[in-house]
Amino acid sequence: MADKIKVATASLCGCFGCHMSILDIDEKLFDLVELVEFDRSPINDIKTIGKCDIGIIEGGVANSENVEVLREFREHCDILIALGACAVNGGIPAMRNQNTLQECLETAYIHGIGVDQPCIPNDPEIPLLLDKVHPIHEIVKVDHFLPGCPPSGATIWTFLTELIENKPISFPYEQIHYD
Amino acid sequence: MPEQQTFKLDSKTIPFRDGDTIMDAALRAGEYIPHLCHNPEFTPHGSCRVCVVSANGRHVSACTQQAMNDMEVDNRSDAIMDKRRNLLQMLFVEGNHVCPGCEKSGACQLQAVAYYTNMLSPHYTHFFPKRSVDASHADIAIDFNRCILCELCVRASRDVDRKNIFSISGRGIKARLVINSDTGKLGDSDLTATDKAVHVCPVGAILPKHRGYDKPIGERLYDRQPVSQVGDVAAHDEDDNHG
Ligand code: SF4
Ligand code: SF4
Repeated sequence: MADKIKVATASLCGCFGCHMSILDIDEKLFDLVELVEFDRSPINDIKTIGKCDIGIIEGGVANSENVEVLREFREHCDILIALGACAVNGGIPAMRNQNTLQECLETAYIHGIGVDQPCIPNDPEIPLLLDKVHPIHEIVKVDHFLPGCPPSGATIWTFLTELIENKPISFPYEQIHYD
Repeated sequence: MPEQQTFKLDSKTIPFRDGDTIMDAALRAGEYIPHLCHNPEFTPHGSCRVCVVSANGRHVSACTQQAMNDMEVDNRSDAIMDKRRNLLQMLFVEGNHVCPGCEKSGACQLQAVAYYTNMLSPHYTHFFPKRSVDASHADIAIDFNRCILCELCVRASRDVDRKNIFSISGRGIKARLVINSDTGKLGDSDLTATDKAVHVCPVGAILPKHRGYDKPIGERLYDRQPVSQVGDVAAHDEDDNHG
């Protein structure tokens, strides 16, 4: 049997909805695990990435750790995929780009409702926030984009089977939506 | 009797009358040419360029180019679709289009035309411009983040409502929609919910208040069928076109 296709996944500045949607391909997951083997992914909790055929990124880029993980994925994956609205265009988290980072932090940690010890966290372990949230193609080259908030399990399945079978990527009308 | 004049739209023969644009004749023949700023009820504007076609080898906007006898018009080739997709991608990155958080989603013509051209990503670098929302009017809100400067509200308010409430100010990348009231606020204008200007916006920029998300996902205007079959947002009853 040919070697299984190695897939890594990561969630950057997303809500894990896209990863839930991957799981939402339901019983087809059985077919999928016949074809692929998961490398680094929140699904198996492996924390380091090895050489992979496909990397799937959920979420945009909002902090220094996101940048690091994304660059690592680009380096280790032959094909990199932006999965979902936040990876594709920044999504809901990018709505903070309308405000300065200072305003965002002050709203959350100084003037926020229910804040009783106003203080902006600055522990060195916390990744530094970028001044804006970016879609991943603004940081690294991306090979494929799957929009949707989240893309449905059916969309992800259509895409993965076409990609693995080396067919042109195309979708039925209802499978592509930006929301 | 003079002979019927025709041109070729892809492989189809399209009859036209004197004075027709390519778009006029195509619409009458039931052929779809993607567009955003065009609405047959108003004078063509030619600003969104999404209706770009190649007519006898020249790129022109179908809504402003007069039809000519025996003209060969390419409306479907990959090269034309690529151009349209690029134009749409620029419209997306120029504004702030957060579809998952937009009331108009599913019934938005910008989205629908983007689906039609198979746009899967915005491709370009986002501007993330700082724009505002004006909710000062009791019945209508305007979200400038989503305005694509199609000037349909400008034309409707000027030509149908005779109120001149909207205009474009500035040029090029600085162009923006403004409200002609003393304070610049919508609430201080004499716009009313029944004005034509409130019912022509192809995107989620001008929205009636108090009724968001009243159609479930799956039943919205463009959820099941593409814009080429459904037609324009403005052509549908207000009850149908709200996400
Ligand atoms: S106006 Fe249309 S394209 Fe823009 S955010 Fe709303 S649904 Fe999306
Ligand atoms: S508010 Fe709507 S109708 Fe008016 S110019 Fe902007 S997009 Fe066009």
